Amino acid sequence: MKLLKSGMSRRRVLQTGMAGIIGSGVAPMMFTKGAWAQEFCNNPTGDTVTLGLNLPLTGAYAEEGADEQKAYELAIAHLNGEGDGGLINVLTPSALKGNGILGKKVGFVTSDSQTKSDVARAGATRMIERDGAIMITGGSSSGEAIAVQGLCQEMGVIFMAGLTHSNDTTGKDKRRYGFRHFFNAYQSGTALGPVLSEAYGTDRRAYHLTADYTWGWTQEESIKNTTEGLGWDTVEAVRTPLGAGDFSQFLTPVLNSGADVLILNHYGNDMVNSLTQAVQFGMRDRQANGKDFQIVVPLFSELMAKGAGENIKGIYGTSNWHWNLQDPGSIAFTKSFGAAYGSPPSQAAHTCYVQTLLYADAVERAGTFYPPEVIKALEGHEFDGMGNGRTLYRAEDHQCMKSVLVVQGNDAPTSEYDVLNVVQEVQRDTVDYDASIFGGELGPAEPAPVCA
Amino acid sequence: MTNFMSRNDLLLLVGFTAVVLTMPIWLTPFGAGYPDLLQRFMIFGIFAVGFNILFGLTGYLSFGHAAFFGVGSYAAVWSFKLLTLDAIPAMIFAVLISGLFALIIGFLSLRRSGIYFSILTLAFAQMSYNLAYSVLTPITNGETGLQLTLSDPRVLDAAIGQSFVGQPVPTLLGQQLGGYAGFYFCAGFLILSFFFAQRVAGSPFGMMLKSIKSNQTRMQFTGFNTRPYALSAFVISGMYAGLAGALLAVTDPLAGAERMQWTASGEVVLMTILGGVGTLVGPVIGAWIIKYFENILSALNDNILTQFWSFLPEGFAEIVVKVTSKFVGDGWHLTLGLVFVIIVIFLPGGIMEGVRRIAAVARRSGPPGAKSHQHQPAE
Amino acid sequence: MFEVIFLQFLNGLDKGAAYALIALGLTLVFGTLGVVNFAHGALFMLGAFCAVMFRQFLTLETVTIDPTQTSPWGAPLEIRTPLVQAWFGDFGAVLVNYSVPFSILITIPIMLLVGIALERGIIKHFYKRPHAEQILVTFGLAIVAQEVIKSIFGPNPIPQPMPTDLRGAADIGSWIGFQANVITYPLWRLIYFLFSVIIIGGVFAFLQFTTFGMVVRAGMADRETVGLLGINIDRRFTIMFGLAAVVAGMAGVMYTPLLPPNYHLGMDFLVLSFVVVVVGGMGSLPGAVAAGFLLGILQSFASMTQIKAIVPGIDQIIIYLVAVVILLVRPRGLMGRRGVMEN
Repeated sequence: MKLLKSGMSRRRVLQTGMAGIIGSGVAPMMFTKGAWAQEFCNNPTGDTVTLGLNLPLTGAYAEEGADEQKAYELAIAHLNGEGDGGLINVLTPSALKGNGILGKKVGFVTSDSQTKSDVARAGATRMIERDGAIMITGGSSSGEAIAVQGLCQEMGVIFMAGLTHSNDTTGKDKRRYGFRHFFNAYQSGTALGPVLSEAYGTDRRAYHLTADYTWGWTQEESIKNTTEGLGWDTVEAVRTPLGAGDFSQFLTPVLNSGADVLILNHYGNDMVNSLTQAVQFGMRDRQANGKDFQIVVPLFSELMAKGAGENIKGIYGTSNWHWNLQDPGSIAFTKSFGAAYGSPPSQAAHTCYVQTLLYADAVERAGTFYPPEVIKALEGHEFDGMGNGRTLYRAEDHQCMKSVLVVQGNDAPTSEYDVLNVVQEVQRDTVDYDASIFGGELGPAEPAPVCA
Repeated sequence: MTNFMSRNDLLLLVGFTAVVLTMPIWLTPFGAGYPDLLQRFMIFGIFAVGFNILFGLTGYLSFGHAAFFGVGSYAAVWSFKLLTLDAIPAMIFAVLISGLFALIIGFLSLRRSGIYFSILTLAFAQMSYNLAYSVLTPITNGETGLQLTLSDPRVLDAAIGQSFVGQPVPTLLGQQLGGYAGFYFCAGFLILSFFFAQRVAGSPFGMMLKSIKSNQTRMQFTGFNTRPYALSAFVISGMYAGLAGALLAVTDPLAGAERMQWTASGEVVLMTILGGVGTLVGPVIGAWIIKYFENILSALNDNILTQFWSFLPEGFAEIVVKVTSKFVGDGWHLTLGLVFVIIVIFLPGGIMEGVRRIAAVARRSGPPGAKSHQHQPAE
Repeated sequence: MFEVIFLQFLNGLDKGAAYALIALGLTLVFGTLGVVNFAHGALFMLGAFCAVMFRQFLTLETVTIDPTQTSPWGAPLEIRTPLVQAWFGDFGAVLVNYSVPFSILITIPIMLLVGIALERGIIKHFYKRPHAEQILVTFGLAIVAQEVIKSIFGPNPIPQPMPTDLRGAADIGSWIGFQANVITYPLWRLIYFLFSVIIIGGVFAFLQFTTFGMVVRAGMADRETVGLLGINIDRRFTIMFGLAAVVAGMAGVMYTPLLPPNYHLGMDFLVLSFVVVVVGGMGSLPGAVAAGFLLGILQSFASMTQIKAIVPGIDQIIIYLVAVVILLVRPRGLMGRRGVMEN
């Protein structure tokens, strides 16, 4: 009796096991391209299509995550023909029809990435396997972006990166299935250099505090190259753990180090804390080497500026986009977002919104959700009207080439959102660079992996 | 057969095996029949079974087991990068390295007991985590996590002329280990781990460990040196953690420092207590429940709740939705914390004790052993 | 070089002040009740959120929408009127400006109640249970506390500005005869240090010079005998738990201008505070205070680039390293009594 029972269960197990192995039949080598061209991960067969939103709702960059979620919900509403249509009306060229994507209504699932690479990756896996997400998007840390785009390459799902500024995302760690609209640290350096030399001269000594992960390292490197090119010295570059909270033990050595500029390669809550604490240390009232001590925050966002309050006044940095820009795209997006949520959008919201539309547009142009075709439609695609001028999705590294903003903390804000002034809009040609300088390999698009 | 294992043990093992292997079928109606979650059930099951060998048998409460888990992951990913994409060498490598790591930490930590032991393990684990996050970045790739790339050397694969198209992923003899294949691979290890834990608990060695828990001083008076036994238990459970960490790297080849943080160690403690410390099946059930709720409760949102409570009168339903929404979605940790507190206060033996009590009531006899757990406060 | 070392030393004192305050409360609970309280970090966090709550209450606003005007982002213009200023005028403005120190006034009763409720409700049932179970139940309580705060106040840190007069740095160097602007240190951090010295002194004086304190100290030494003398030691211990909660809460309140609190603050400090307590010696109040300052200073010095150049990564592990060494070499800690928690 007992034997019989266990025997049956074993056979059952073997059956399901085999089904599992065949069903998962991931081995791309087994399937030839032609016969299975339309068989791919999460091919949407019903009348809806699901996007997977990976949002840092808790952790060091949580503030961006909440704004990103608003932007995605808005973009999806616009894609489905709800609301005022937002940027769909100004995107040129556009294949979007306002009836979903390829006629399928767009839905979404979300996952809290906690601003941690490990968790972001687990969340993306869940959304792909359980919820059948056709595309993954979001994140506000480069660590997350790099971890998730590696997974997406493995699964055969397109990843439209949210806020990620590390050179590695489209450099050393670039992937065929990953795309980035946001600018990067190298471009920040190029854009910021001339402004810094004009404001602070060419004889300065800089002290870096750097968030200890991929984004911090590449930003430190890029800004160092730029400032040293201007003739500045680098006194010291100190790495601080992500989410350190109290930075005082790193700030005290700055005071008498002989530096006269503090460069904070921090973002999100880290930047709010380190800048606030630096100001508490009196660094903005200080004199060093006979000059006024200055603080520079190479990557700024409105949300951080809001958090840091008046400490931000007069401080230079760069941004991907700002709601106060006066081109039709920016005006349309700010209006649409403001009407929906009562506050202007952040650069994180903007980049996420645009990425969603660009994906949808690429699918429409490709006429299929089959990722390799969508990738082809995105690579080398040039468009306009999204608020950053004419923009190119560069084929070599999947980096968007567009203009970059140099911004400064607003001395006389008229509202709690009016915290940054756009000092200069640096044109696309100026911040262009050779895609090969950061190395890396995109890998192949085909055969498209078929996730389980 | 019967003198090798008792009839009850054999029944338990067979039943456990059947339950595990049929999970893809019976969990589908519960919304958990997808490979990623099933793999995690297996992996954290192994982690909890191993943790129980230390905490359940000897009573030593380690708050640093996540370190071994993380070390296992890193070791496995390095094996994928340097040697071969095959899973078996990676697993062996990971178990050995984490065992060695556990030997060093265990040797030092076991010089103390009680809360001092807990804090020592906690300190070691936090040191490992902080180092992995900062100066050990060349080995761990810090915050970003260690990943596989096309340009990894993989000397063994290269030696036999194997090359990969696309993103490299771990394999077993050429078969990829994503999806259900990965689940069955992990399930095999969970069953083996369970079997081994069963053998340990029933062996003279296991008896020795249990007597450490019940009265270490008496053991020492009788002339036994308990430390080698406790250390063996520590190393074995560290190797279990390393095995689980390696499996996580096999099913998803990324190793991040987050999984070494002390809160991750706290999670395995929660799993073990929730299920029933000192029992064989309890920790596994605890792990499954926590992972299930982490994935399912956290995905519930207001829309789903509104539908669920729609049978209630309007207005009242809204209040109920508002209240329940605090306990699901982002707030599922609140539910976990409350359940955990209630379990520790009223049911120190966890779910398994609950099951026993219910069974005892059903048999109309008094709850065995339940009284000894309920100390009345001295007034 | 002197000024560099002096500044780093100051920074260590300032970090140590927070560690010492948290460890003090933790040791009070352990020393009197014999309970290992993993929820102590959560009490620190709850205190910080008393300050948040107080400020949110003070800055309540009425919002009127002016439909004729629109904001630059297209929404109708909102006109906000702060209520407290509208009611109390200048006094209201001062109240808002000094919200952090004023919130101590509401923190004390709130934390006292929280502490007493916690002890009467749950902790007292765990006096006779093993330390492992005490750790588990208080760890669970800590999770519950932080999740409740998260669901009320959200996951993001909430900045608490310090009073405008107390912002910026004080030129300490010029006070002690150095030239100006060489040794400057944030004023609020100095205040925090002074505050912790006062609280620590207050707790010691309370235990040393009041009858209540005397009974409690006697109870710490020999609980049963004190009980036999007909003194209700349990009630006093309940109050001690409340006192520990108040100390943790006040430490949290004053810390908010230095680090905007979020729900996770308690867990971040928890591990650290235990390390401080074991380094000082479980159950030793002077030990906890000394270890707090010692570890703060060590951590601050370990973060200097000159030190890190010699031992890379030392700033990341110094605290744990000291704890491990102490536990292995001298398990009763710096000032622990022989026999307490030793084996």
